[in-house]
Amino acid sequence: MEEVIKIRNLSKNYHTDAGEVNVLKGVDITIEKGEFVAIMGPSGSGKSTFMNILGCLDKVTSGNYFLGGKDTNALSRDDLAELRNHMIGFVFQGFNLIPRQNLIDNVALPLVYAGMKAHERKIRAKEILKSVGLEAFGTYLPNQISGGQQQRVAIARALVNRPKLILADEPTGNLDTKTSEEIMQLFCDLNVKEGITIVLVTHEPDIAAFAKRLVNFVDGKIQHDGPTALHVKENA
Amino acid sequence: MSLAMLFEAWRAMGANRLRTFLTMLGMVIGVGAVIVMSAVGAGTQAKVKDSIASMGSNLLIVLAGSMTSGGVRLGSGGVQTLTVSDATAIEELDTISAAAPTTSGSAQLIYQSSNWYTQVTGTTSSYFEVRDWELESGYPFMDSDVRGATRVVVLGKTIAQNLFGDEDPVGKTIRIKNSPYLVVGVLAKKGQSLDGRDQDDTAIVPITTAQTKLFGTQFKGVVRFIMVEALSDSVMDKAEKEMGELLRQRHKLRESAEDDFTIRNLTALANTAEETTKAMSLMLAAIASISLLVGGIGIMNIMLVSVTERTREIGIRIAIGAKQRHILVQFLLEALMISIIGCLIGVCVGVGGAFLIQKFFAISIAVTQSSILISFAVATGVGVFFGFYPARKAANLEPIDALRYQ
Repeated sequence: MEEVIKIRNLSKNYHTDAGEVNVLKGVDITIEKGEFVAIMGPSGSGKSTFMNILGCLDKVTSGNYFLGGKDTNALSRDDLAELRNHMIGFVFQGFNLIPRQNLIDNVALPLVYAGMKAHERKIRAKEILKSVGLEAFGTYLPNQISGGQQQRVAIARALVNRPKLILADEPTGNLDTKTSEEIMQLFCDLNVKEGITIVLVTHEPDIAAFAKRLVNFVDGKIQHDGPTALHVKENA
Repeated sequence: MSLAMLFEAWRAMGANRLRTFLTMLGMVIGVGAVIVMSAVGAGTQAKVKDSIASMGSNLLIVLAGSMTSGGVRLGSGGVQTLTVSDATAIEELDTISAAAPTTSGSAQLIYQSSNWYTQVTGTTSSYFEVRDWELESGYPFMDSDVRGATRVVVLGKTIAQNLFGDEDPVGKTIRIKNSPYLVVGVLAKKGQSLDGRDQDDTAIVPITTAQTKLFGTQFKGVVRFIMVEALSDSVMDKAEKEMGELLRQRHKLRESAEDDFTIRNLTALANTAEETTKAMSLMLAAIASISLLVGGIGIMNIMLVSVTERTREIGIRIAIGAKQRHILVQFLLEALMISIIGCLIGVCVGVGGAFLIQKFFAISIAVTQSSILISFAVATGVGVFFGFYPARKAANLEPIDALRYQ
């Protein structure tokens, strides 16, 4: 199988007023193409920091992170921006849409930075909005639609540049149970039908259950790594 | 840079209209001030230039007597004066194109039931050349009129209007001091002189006529001053020097004696006047630029606020693939747009204001193309200069800090 993420002996320290804080202490993990990984763990266990590093938004203190075979330590800030643009789609807890722009423009934004022409961007953005069921809302502003719809727009934005990897940081944290399930179903479809690798952070076991693989962080280390309960059952 | 980025900057500006407008106001006032100030400056300058040019170009005036000190320094041997033959000798110099000896007095001019009190100048036909004074109708008097001391007169526009109204004065006869004079020509309008005197309120007669028939004089052939036109601007200094030497020689002045005449260089006077108005418009421009500077600081201030407010948005943009230059250009464009639109409004306000000033304060103005172009250049400069720091601050934000910003 093709390795999307390969992490070797990863450590991350933060400088604070209280001194050096060791947030990640030697993490090793490999995630292959088509996997659906849920990351869980108590607050302060380092799972958010781990996600930031996966998203190339933060630098490692020591160790190596290979994304799609590339050593991220060797890349410049702008190289990383380009890598994020092409490889990764982000879905955040707070949706993080740009409030002044309509849905089409929001979805098309990564394509702007990819250098795509305006009319091509628009066609592609409409196409992807349709795939998340929001083609009728293209010219709406983010505050004119519901939270669940906003998260769908955010997913559409994450998908628009055809990434290999989707990183979702508590994507259902601000949504009710029913909407959460719909969003998770969307992720499952993407994973199964499109073969997109998904890594998602959550602290709700119900949400984690949608994934195939569960990684548990405790105190900056991976404490457990294996198939989710559902898949254990299925495999049995 | 693409249309989408321009549109995005426009949208960001529109997101907080009042704030954007207030920020622009600094630029509007600054540019408006620059336009108005330079229009007033250029207007004054043009007016001064006009009135200097109306005196005649490359003009030198030789005055009788030692008048530089302003005191009673008439020199030994009584009143040393200039003569008509001095003027003739000056005209012979290589550097001089014409010299007109001039004397003057005041008299009442009468035509039928109208009369007018004015200054009558006695001079030679060279006078019209020296003063670059065209005739509106008729002809100037000739050298033969000067030789024969004939009773002919050339009228200034003001007198022609006051004595004749709509009638054509040429060929008519007027009375000056109870003697008949034939009007041979009417001078074209010249307007006010530098000191505000009406230059058209004058009548010109042959110098011989003035001296023998009109005013009479103890010393025939003696004149108050000689107006001299140099060949060109470049020989003015040389002409002045040669003329001085010639006159000292003709007046038989000893080495140690002071000049018994004074030469005034009107071009030098003109240059001084021009420099004064230039200095004035420069000062006005400097004051106006300070308001532009203040406007620029306003833009920087609001851009810093905007960057802070939109930290999270910047974080999102970086996360989904914006490179540093994308962010830099985005904020730079916003600052530029504020300053350039402010400048546009400022130009309109400035031009409008300048015309209002012209209308209500009767000050001559000249809105110059260069002041508008300079305003745009400065506005662009201000936008880039004061927009750069906030834009760089935005571009240098750490992705993770920006994304986490609440």
